[in-house]
Amino acid sequence: MAVFLFMIFALGACGSALAIVLSQNVVRMAFFLVTALASSAGLFFLLNADFIGAIQLLIYVGGTVVLLVFGVMLTSSAPVLAIKSHPAEVLQAAVIGAAFLALVASTVLAVDWAGNRDKLAGYEAEQFRQRHHGREIPRGFNPEGEGNTVRSLGTALLGLRFDKDLGTSDHLHGELSTGYLLPFEIISVHLLVVLIGAAYLARAKRRPENVER
Amino acid sequence: MTQPLLATPMSDWIADLLPALPAGWAAVLAALVHTALIGAFFGLPAFFFIWAERKVAGRIQDRLGPTRVGGRFGWLQSLADGIKLIQKEDLAPQAADVVLFRLAPYLAVVAVFVAFMFIPFSDGWVVMALDVGLFVALAVLSLEVLGIVLAGYSSGSKWSLFGGMREAAQMVSYEIPLGITTVIPVVVAGSLNLGEIVAMQSGWFTNWLVFNSPFTFLAFFVFFVVTLASNKRAPFDLAEAESELVGGFHTEYSGMRWSFFFLAEYAAMFFVSALAVLLFLGGWWTGIAPIDAAFAGMAETSPALGYLGRVVGMLVFLAKSGILVFVQIWIRWSLPRLRIDQVMTTCLKYLIPISCVLFLGAVLWPLTLASVVKRPTLLPPTGFVHEAPIGERVPPSRRVSRTQGTGVGLVDDAEIPALVRQETRRGDR
Repeated sequence: MAVFLFMIFALGACGSALAIVLSQNVVRMAFFLVTALASSAGLFFLLNADFIGAIQLLIYVGGTVVLLVFGVMLTSSAPVLAIKSHPAEVLQAAVIGAAFLALVASTVLAVDWAGNRDKLAGYEAEQFRQRHHGREIPRGFNPEGEGNTVRSLGTALLGLRFDKDLGTSDHLHGELSTGYLLPFEIISVHLLVVLIGAAYLARAKRRPENVER
Repeated sequence: MTQPLLATPMSDWIADLLPALPAGWAAVLAALVHTALIGAFFGLPAFFFIWAERKVAGRIQDRLGPTRVGGRFGWLQSLADGIKLIQKEDLAPQAADVVLFRLAPYLAVVAVFVAFMFIPFSDGWVVMALDVGLFVALAVLSLEVLGIVLAGYSSGSKWSLFGGMREAAQMVSYEIPLGITTVIPVVVAGSLNLGEIVAMQSGWFTNWLVFNSPFTFLAFFVFFVVTLASNKRAPFDLAEAESELVGGFHTEYSGMRWSFFFLAEYAAMFFVSALAVLLFLGGWWTGIAPIDAAFAGMAETSPALGYLGRVVGMLVFLAKSGILVFVQIWIRWSLPRLRIDQVMTTCLKYLIPISCVLFLGAVLWPLTLASVVKRPTLLPPTGFVHEAPIGERVPPSRRVSRTQGTGVGLVDDAEIPALVRQETRRGDR
């Protein structure tokens, strides 16, 4: 069942990506970008990363692509709207794409997936369970037990890693894991700077007065 | 004993009912059942509210509305409209981008349909009780705008293009106040899970988040206004703007495709009213503590009474949402339309600062109260489920589905949060 769902979303992502490349209408390309990003969000949900999947939908699909379509629709004139590629360009793109695919595939195959599995949160939960002598632990915080990455992510962004610290003796001795509060604040200031810069760049410019002699 | 719809998740019940099913198919069948239920809750309210709109509009305009189809009150008028629309010609203009033209209504409908997956209609009656349910619902709802904008562009008509562009500008304006006012009850309740947010509003109606602080009270009204903008309802209906733009984004659509847009619109009206009820108005609780306590206690005694309690909760929820939809219809037929620059001024220049101030106030309110009256709420806690302030309530845990889940297996459980609560509570005693 998981493989079947994965196939659906993987076909959606790869098929949409191919459609973006092969399509000749810019607005259709933007639409296929929507389906490609939505399929990636589906893959995130399959990995139980519900928060990341939701963020992907909200920011990429709901935000970026709407603005892209907005911009494309308003600014594209006829020569840009129907893109016809020169065969030489197609060959260049195919060669670069194949090289990149070979690079990514070799990297993926070189990773020790079985060894990395132990480092994921399931392993830490297993350790936690063993520390508490195999008691039956109610799954998740919400009663139906689906999707529970938000709370850990949120508290980690506030600087509190309870998924690592609780149950250890470190918190009794005052040595807690570092959360992500500092990067969070840095990003907040960064975004503020970006907002101010964008507002400045998009300001209405005053035209110099024409002085009548 | 398995109790579907009460204590057992649907996929577990199906797995127990049909033990011969191969692995994973129980979840698929449960998904099909859920899809049918959501389809019913998507279509029937739209059916009802279209009729209600015509009757209410008629009454506001001092006339009767539909009175012929299906009896004296025109109950079946929506059905007659549906039959008429199905048999209309499905045409596309010659200048239209046919693939996108045909696709756009489905985008709008599917976006709203998927958003219904995360709404609990009663205690535990939800398709996906995600811990990020509210967030995903809002994320998926923003896809609807893409359908509108694509419809506006691909129709090949200038009226449609204007309507689509106006809708895009409107979306950019209302998304921020919508996000901020949605976060305010989340901050008070401490969870993005809609079921938990409602579970914390149990007890007397003073526990409802709308009465939690003056800031959440105002946040409810700002939320309501902003959701009017998100539904393209008057006074924010410039995307459609019958008196200016012929039909706006749906000018060139006819028949069933046109009706998809309207199905999406009325379903979205019901959806945002349901969200307002869940976030601010106590969800499925009646607001009278003895009645709610009786219904919640009934589930312990017998399953039949438990079902009855859930059904009553659902009816209360639907009634509250219906009242809010009625208010939306009422506003539409009372107020004139705003211009697009007025919409953007309202949302960007006024509602954003207002919602930021409300957010700040809602965050500081419990902190100030905790230092003044030693508890985070103004009134003493009266929740019958937990005698605890709203920030410290933990919803009762229920049996979790063992057949649902994708089984990819990389990240399986994070029992730590629940154990955190157990540890904390044990340490407090």
